[in-house]
Amino acid sequence: MKYRVFVSLKPTVLDPQGQTICRALNGMGHHWIADVRQGKYFDISLAEGVTREQAERDIEQIAQDVLANPVIEEYRVELLEQ
Amino acid sequence: MTAITPELVAAHQLTPEEYERIVRILGRPPTYTELGIFSVMWSEHCSYKSSRLHLKKLPTQGPYVLQGPGENAGVIDIGGGYAAAFKIESHNHPSFIEPFQGAATGVGGILRDIFTMGARPIAVMDSLRFGPLDHPRAGPRNRRILEGVVSGIAHYGNCFGVPTVGGECVFESCYNGNPLVNVFALGIVRQDRIFYARACGVGNPVVYVGAKTGRDGIHGASMASAEFTEESKQKRPNVQVGDPFMEKLLLEACLEAMETGAVIGIQDMGAAGLTCSTCEMGSRGGTGVEIELARVPQREVGMTPYEIMLSESQERMLLVVQRGREEEVFRIFRKWGLDAVAVGEVTGDGLLRVKHHGEVVAEIPSRALADEAPVYDRPRTRPFRTAPLDGPDFESADLARDLIRLLASGDLCDKRWIWEQYDYMVRTNTVLGPGADAAILRVKETGTSLAMALDGNGRYCYLDPRQGARLAVAECCRNVSTVGALPVAATNCLNFGNPERPEIMAQLVEAIEGMGEACAFFGTPITGGNVSLYNETLGEAVYPTPVVGIVGLMRTQPPVRPAFQGEDAWVMLLGGLGSCDSRQFGATQYAKVILGELWGVPPALDMDYERRVQAAVREIVSAGLAESTHDVSDGGLAVTLAECSLGGIGAEVDLRADDRPEFVLFHEGPSRIVLSTRQPEAVERIAAKYGVEALVLGRTRPGVLRMRQRGRLLLDCEVESLRRPWASALELALRG
Amino acid sequence: MKFGVVVFPGSNCDHDAWWAVTHNLGHEAEFLWHDDESLGNADAVILPGGFSYGDYLRCGAIAKFSRIMRAVERFAREGGLVLGICNGFQILVECGLLPGALIRNRGLKFICRQVELRVETTQSPFSSEFRKGQIVRIPIAHGEGCYVADPRTLEELEAEDRVVFRYVDNPNGSLNDIAGILNAGRNVLGMMPHPERASDPLMGSTDGLLVFRSMAAALSLAR
Repeated sequence: MKYRVFVSLKPTVLDPQGQTICRALNGMGHHWIADVRQGKYFDISLAEGVTREQAERDIEQIAQDVLANPVIEEYRVELLEQ
Repeated sequence: MTAITPELVAAHQLTPEEYERIVRILGRPPTYTELGIFSVMWSEHCSYKSSRLHLKKLPTQGPYVLQGPGENAGVIDIGGGYAAAFKIESHNHPSFIEPFQGAATGVGGILRDIFTMGARPIAVMDSLRFGPLDHPRAGPRNRRILEGVVSGIAHYGNCFGVPTVGGECVFESCYNGNPLVNVFALGIVRQDRIFYARACGVGNPVVYVGAKTGRDGIHGASMASAEFTEESKQKRPNVQVGDPFMEKLLLEACLEAMETGAVIGIQDMGAAGLTCSTCEMGSRGGTGVEIELARVPQREVGMTPYEIMLSESQERMLLVVQRGREEEVFRIFRKWGLDAVAVGEVTGDGLLRVKHHGEVVAEIPSRALADEAPVYDRPRTRPFRTAPLDGPDFESADLARDLIRLLASGDLCDKRWIWEQYDYMVRTNTVLGPGADAAILRVKETGTSLAMALDGNGRYCYLDPRQGARLAVAECCRNVSTVGALPVAATNCLNFGNPERPEIMAQLVEAIEGMGEACAFFGTPITGGNVSLYNETLGEAVYPTPVVGIVGLMRTQPPVRPAFQGEDAWVMLLGGLGSCDSRQFGATQYAKVILGELWGVPPALDMDYERRVQAAVREIVSAGLAESTHDVSDGGLAVTLAECSLGGIGAEVDLRADDRPEFVLFHEGPSRIVLSTRQPEAVERIAAKYGVEALVLGRTRPGVLRMRQRGRLLLDCEVESLRRPWASALELALRG
Repeated sequence: MKFGVVVFPGSNCDHDAWWAVTHNLGHEAEFLWHDDESLGNADAVILPGGFSYGDYLRCGAIAKFSRIMRAVERFAREGGLVLGICNGFQILVECGLLPGALIRNRGLKFICRQVELRVETTQSPFSSEFRKGQIVRIPIAHGEGCYVADPRTLEELEAEDRVVFRYVDNPNGSLNDIAGILNAGRNVLGMMPHPERASDPLMGSTDGLLVFRSMAAALSLAR
């Protein structure tokens, strides 16, 4: 089983990286770029024998406690492979 | 229209009496936006309502002071037509909630305070306090907080391009739930180019520059004035994110705009954002300010006037520009890729008038907001302490092992892991960087140099706030003197618990009085600073922790460092062996680390003798007589001698003292400096001139540290056996 | 002769490089704005350290698109001397004037430290004033200074004697301990250590000044 966890800043939190990249893209002539928000993702493969329910509970918790900083970030979990 | 209920007033941290006062000032109940504005301006953080009465006791004037407290930063004359602007500020609460961003925005805030004065920042220092890294319960969190804070400071300072040149890092359990992050910054400005945060000239446009406004940290200022509870941890307020790149652009653009002469006043938007900057500029200028919120650049849609006024989005500035010269200023900000928008103008009616799409949403006398905040003479009793006066009986089993344990302890170990993450050299002025008694920065503009240090000792202050504060000032001045500089001015950051508790209030008052007394004595007036109260979590207050930063003047010369430089130099102790009784020993690092106890009283201090020791060391250093100098402080003489030896050249000394060896080696009596020299007679002559002792302890020796007391061997260590535990302790502790 | 120091938004060692050239070396220097199209009458170009555009995407990734870089590339192709220091080195590899890439330090932390370098070649306009094999002290200050390149590129660099500086005690994980490299034409040098911070005796070392002296010597020969 394989999951992908996306982590990005909450929409209300300033994203200086995204903002600077957006300004630079505008400066290069890509005027139609209105906003850029950046994030990261983690691909997590699980060993055989784990139930999907158990895996999802675990991944959820890992995302919440480790991968994302809940003070400023949010996350989304996607199942990549059964 | 939101109804103003008693609950809403309470939620804004305003008391019913304060609310009555607001109604009296306005002659009517406030609007929701006005309530928000009052709540931030009258918060402890912005109004200093608990401390203001006592801060007046601090000396603020002196021959070098050009600007005392009340502006964004204090300013002193450094000669040659130039001035230094400097200040220290806390960012404790935000650093607990989000260590990386909290510390980063702390650096950002203090840097803006410096460059709004027209000064280019050339140095940053940090005074950090955390819970112990090996604490059984809070250890993992403390380690996370330390790592986050350090990388936050590094991220912001390094990217902005200001060197982080020194500071301190101390561990105590009382900081478990409430770390202290105090950031000092200093900048250089031409004396005829100093800028003030004043809105002058009716009709002049008020210009907003920098980052867009979002819903960042709304109510951060009033949050910073409330204790932490489990609930506030849950609430997870909207943390501000710092953008050092934006701040760097803002710095360059602001300094360039100031050069044009078209800028009349400037104020940064920090805590309490647009609210604080508009009403303080109006209040200081004796004018009013009218702004139209619809013109404020916004990052999010649908922001209410309340949110726009209270947002704490970082990297924003408010300028008052000479009417008719707006375009000149706008052009500069455009060049640096920054938003600059006229959002209002200076008025003659003394009111802060806030409009939103033409509709008035707040109208308050500026002066009432900024200067007529409530001032409390809060009741106080005796300073809080639970430590006993007398300590346990003890006897050292192995003095060498004790020394090694001390060197590997949190407060005394090598902090290289921290300061190597900071760019301490950028701008090529760092003559002496982290790891020394004080940092030395050369000033390219004047050809002279500045020395600076930060000091504070929560343990001493917990045992006796007045004496602890005096000792902090004495030590800081000593640190600056030890590298050869004349201390001339100070800034302070007062970190205390809840002032509504009379025994905490007593700590605050005693510490301020002690600090004032010492600053007056040593000729280092306080030119500004910051008070951080409510440093408590679940009812447990931090130790009273006043931190002082001292700036000294010196001529530019190769630096004298703590480390012994060569074999066979004479090791001398300026100031003498000092003395200690069993109560004074209870405040030492030895009591803390080896015995795990805290008792008694802080060391005694003879301020007159201290001043003479400092004058003597300055003369010795400027005469080029010292190969190394290092003041005796935490850990006492043995730790100091060990620190001098860690570069590889040790020493062999004999101490002609009669106290018990633990006291002789580890007591922390002040007014002492270890130096090495090839000319002991010349050093003695200078010491004699100032009436201070200068004892020859022994000679430097390669690779060993050997200490005797009247011929009896106390300890005999290979330098390497001291260096290794000292150098690796912090990294090991961080691994958990 | 005149050095041009490029200022990108976020450059923060621009003034240090300018100071080293004008005060420690004693030659002229002027700042070149990132949005300008021309290098003016600069005889050599320095891309200084810092965080151009905040380095928020990849170090140097946005700077390479700036207008002045077109001029710098032209200048370099025509044999002009270009020195990239720290962020300047990162920009030079991003825009392809130098091979390889600079990634996060092995320890994942920013490191500011005085380090020792071995001078591997004096056959360049940036190192002629050193002695081959000389150990020099020049500080580093970077978070992304780990030099990587594919094996063929590394082989080429070594075979063509294009590694100018190597770390004595590798601080960041750079392959082959590389601290500074030349382009094939030997007129472009990128180095992570900061020579401008080791150009004044007050800063503890003057070894870095020899980089600027070498450049000055090469320029006066070319005249």
